[in-house]
This record gives sequence, structure tokens and C-alpha cells, in this order.
Amino acid sequence: MTAAAASGGAGTGDPGPPLLDAHLVADRGGFHLDVALRVRAGEVVALLGPNGAGKTTALRVLAGLHPLTAGHLTLAGADLDRPDRRAWIPPERRPVGVVFQDYLLFPHLSARDNVAFGPRRRGADRRAARAVADAWLARVGLAEHARRRPRQLSGGQAQRVALARALAVDPTLLLLDEPLAALDARTRLDTRAELHRHLAAHPGAAVLVTHDPLDALVLADRLVIVEDGRVVQTGDAATVTARPRTDYVARLVGLNLHRGHADGHQVRVGGLTLTAADSVAGEAFVAFPPAAVVLHPARPDGSPRNTWEATVAGVQRHGDNLRVQLDGPLPVVADVTPAAAAQLRLVPGLAVWAAVRAAETRAYPVGR
Amino acid sequence: MPVALFVPAGLGLIFLVLPLAGLLARAPWATLPQRLAAPGVLTALRLSLLTATVATLVCVVLGVPLAWLLARVEFPGRRLVRALVTVPLVLPPVVGGVALLLVFGRRGLLGGWLDATFGITLPFTTAGVVLAEAFVAMPFLVIAVEGALRGADVRYEEAAATLGAGRWTTFTHVTLPLVAPGVAAGAMLCWARALGEFGATITFAGNFPGRTQTMPLAVYLALETDLEAAIVLSLVLLTVSVAILAGLRDKWTAGP
Repeated sequence: MTAAAASGGAGTGDPGPPLLDAHLVADRGGFHLDVALRVRAGEVVALLGPNGAGKTTALRVLAGLHPLTAGHLTLAGADLDRPDRRAWIPPERRPVGVVFQDYLLFPHLSARDNVAFGPRRRGADRRAARAVADAWLARVGLAEHARRRPRQLSGGQAQRVALARALAVDPTLLLLDEPLAALDARTRLDTRAELHRHLAAHPGAAVLVTHDPLDALVLADRLVIVEDGRVVQTGDAATVTARPRTDYVARLVGLNLHRGHADGHQVRVGGLTLTAADSVAGEAFVAFPPAAVVLHPARPDGSPRNTWEATVAGVQRHGDNLRVQLDGPLPVVADVTPAAAAQLRLVPGLAVWAAVRAAETRAYPVGR
Repeated sequence: MPVALFVPAGLGLIFLVLPLAGLLARAPWATLPQRLAAPGVLTALRLSLLTATVATLVCVVLGVPLAWLLARVEFPGRRLVRALVTVPLVLPPVVGGVALLLVFGRRGLLGGWLDATFGITLPFTTAGVVLAEAFVAMPFLVIAVEGALRGADVRYEEAAATLGAGRWTTFTHVTLPLVAPGVAAGAMLCWARALGEFGATITFAGNFPGRTQTMPLAVYLALETDLEAAIVLSLVLLTVSVAILAGLRDKWTAGP
């Protein structure tokens, strides 16, 4: 959340043209990508989506490793790829740095020579390139590992060398492809925090491709959610987590999501009428967290609102609680404490009553 | 222990080693020093090593780019080109020598022009030996390097491109170092094949001591008159080539 708060100023204050202005239309082996993307200087945008959504294709197109079939890719006012004007800048002449998913550090070069590779290719002499490399390695805390070969580095160190290598060419656009996916959980935590620091210091635009919502939420100022090659939702972390628009996003942020028809606070959904905290008219989404669903052995007294009879379909551990899948007029998941679960004797097939607190039931229109 | 594998493996090994043992068994050990000092032995050995090495260099300079072309560039007829490259492998070397004569001979397709324009004559010269050896040995290098290139991860080349490297720099600074073990293995095979080359050499370059008479040719010639001399020459060729290949192999396989 701090990421969104810290960089919100940079994102909203400047009404000028975005540094990266792209409408990426590309075809790759029967897959069609159509994604619009605008990123301001200093902004970090996460392309978040399930595997096969087209995130990596988008990144390859941005880097110039795959051509656009239509649309445009404009960076700092220059057309890098624009089929209708026959504009094409090859990858080696784009001011773009890439951190690849498995880093792709050159195995035959030391950490220093890996980082110096970019400056060297862009005209620096050997000594100057090495000086730049040493400075970057120091910035990522690997000064004393400069002479090591990639295979002598740990996963976290390799990731930092890859980041230093991408940043050493002062890219206008920094691209990161699942930068933390190859790390174990512990290293990931440290590396994520450090990556956040470097991204915040990067003056250019940054596009981060990930399927991990946590990476996206921590590292990015804005999320662009991609499914099947299209953008299904964009917004800052707060908006996306509070108001998911697809099942995928709802699952990512851990909300129950249903689509229905609203009339004021009442939303008709799946044969039920739910009372929501918000007042909406017309087609609407209803979202509520699993923790807002309370299970009762029998019909609860007193509060008839937002209750229905359901059947337990499955029970799984979820952190300190148990996550219960419920079948019925409205398939939802509920989080219950182990104590409550023991009291209810939750087993698949058991009939229970579900109740959702109206105060935690959010409704928002389907149309934007 | 899978007997079904060990028995044929053992038989295979015996089959390969037995002829060498025969060579050692029949070697005239008593007169070896004098025979080694005989005129012509050292000359032929030196010529063999020189021509095989130069032929290998020619193969590397021409064969690595050819392997790159076959592995990395899509073009119509690529399968046909790949098949053509391997033709010298199946062609009897003598036929290769004849074919070289038809092209580079005095009245050949290019030979006449080379002679008239540059005064270059290839048949029956040391350069002709190199040419014959390179013709026969190049497929070994191309096949080994193409295999290495196909096995190399092209994403390293993409990474190099995003760092500002053009195709040539990427090739020299990333691709070649990545496939260096494959190039080394190919060059080694290539050199070994060139060193043992006989048929194409004798057909295209003849058998002139000091100029085109390499060790295999000297062995063949000695065989007609003096079996023991042939054995000694064979032993020399065997010892030198095994020593060099073993030495290089250790150096390269221990490499990066």
C-alpha cells in the first residue's frame, strides 16, 4: 500500500503526456494481444494476469523482440514501433532495459562484465563501462561479488545483478518480467523490498509483468489487469482490490464476486436479494470478503437480511482460519475460525445457513 | 548389471582397440630409433600437422558462419543445404578428390581462371592438400557447431539485443562464447579427420615428398616396399594424434 501512497503524487500531479504511450496489437502463434498502456515518467505499472494472458508477449513487443501488427508504441515522443507509418526501431537501439524472468545473465561473463555489457555496447570504453558497472553493483549491494560468474551467485544476487544490468544503460523504459518468480519465499521478501527502492528511484517509466498480486500491489503504482490478451481492469491498488471486475481479479484479491441487478441498496443476484452498503442502479457487481460470511447451523434469528441456505462443498486451511466452499443459490467462500468450524462440525455435504453482513457487502456498477 | 549392454560394449571396445594392439605387437622396436631418424618421416609428420591445422582453421572460419546460417536463419531450401553440407561425409574421399580436380584443376571450372588471373595453381601443391583436407573435414565441424547453436538458448541473444548489441556483436560476444565447447569439439573432430585424410589428398594433391606427402600417404607408399617402415610411420601418427587430442580435450572440457 505504501507504494501506491508514496507515488500517488507523481502519478496524479502531472497532467503532461505520458512517457510511454502504447496501443499494443500483436499476434503470436494464434494468440491475439490488444492492450493499451500509458505510463508516466517515474510511474510503475504492473501488467497482472494469469499465465497465458499475454503479459510476456506485451513485454516482448515493448522490448522490440516481437513486432506489432497494428497500433503504436511511442516512448518519449518517438515511435519505436508503428506499423501504419512503417516505423520500427530494433531492440538494440531502443532506450529500454529488461530484467528477464530467469535473468539470462551471460554465463561466460563476470557479474561486472554482465553489467558493463550494456554501457559498452552503447559507446562507453572498457574502463568507463566497468566504472558504471561497479557503481551499479555497489548500489545493489554486490560490490564484492563483481568478479563472480553468474553460477556462483545465489538467486537473489543474480536477480540484483540482472536489475543492475538493465538499469546500467539508463533506460527510459524499464521492463521487468516476473522479476521475483524464480526466488524462494524468504529471498523474495527481501528482494521485493529492495526492488521497490530501486523502482522508486528510477526516473523513467517502468512496466512490471507478474502473475503475483502481491508483487504487483507492493511494487506498482497502477495495475493493468490482462486476461486473454485484453485489459479487463485498470486502477491503483486500492480501487482494484476493493472493486474487482472479473473472477480472476476477485480470486487474486480474495473477494467473493457476483454480478446482478441493483435497485438502490438491493441487488438481485442468483435468485437472492442482497442488501449492500452502496446504492447502485442497474447492472452491478457485488463483492464481499470471505470473512464477512458467517455460518450458522440453523436459520439465524432476528436478522433475515442476506441469509440463505447452503451446502458445504469443501473445507481447506487458509492461514490461521479455514476456508469453506459453499454450494447453493450463491456459490461463495467463507472464512471461519477453527473453533467455529469445530462447533459447526463442518464436513462436505453439511447443510448450513450463510449470512453476509450488509456493511461489508459492496456494490458498484458494471459499466464504468 | 545389464549384460545386454556390457557384452556388446566390451566387444565394441575390443574391435576398436585390437588393430592398434596388432600395430604395437608387430612394431620393430629394436630398430625404431634409426627408422624414426630416417629422412622423410619428420618431413611428412610436419607437413601432416601443418596442413591439418591450417585446414581446421579454414573449416572454422567458413564452417562456423555456415553452421550459424543453418541453425539461426530461416530460408527456403535450408534442408537441402543441410543435406549438401553433409555430402562429403558419405562421398568416398577419392571421389571428392576427383571432384576437386574438376573444379580447381588446370582445366577445371575455376582452376583455369584462378591460374590465368592470379597465377594460382592448387592441384599438387601444399595448398591443395589443405583444400582436400578441408573439403573432407568441414562437415564434422558444421554438424557439431550447428548442434551446439541449436542447443544454445536464443534468449541470451535477445538479452544482448536489449542491452544494445547488434547482430554481429551479439554473435561474437554472446553466441560464440556460449557455443565455444561445441566449436572446440567440432574443431577437434575436424582436425582429426584432416590428419587422417588420404583419398582426396592423393587424388587432388598427389604424393610429392615434402610438398604433398602427408603421413597417411607416406604409410601407403611405405606399405608397398617396406612393411616395418609403414608400421613405424603409423605408430608415429597414432602417438602424435592421440597425445594432441587427449591434451586438447582435457584443456577444453575443463574450460569455462
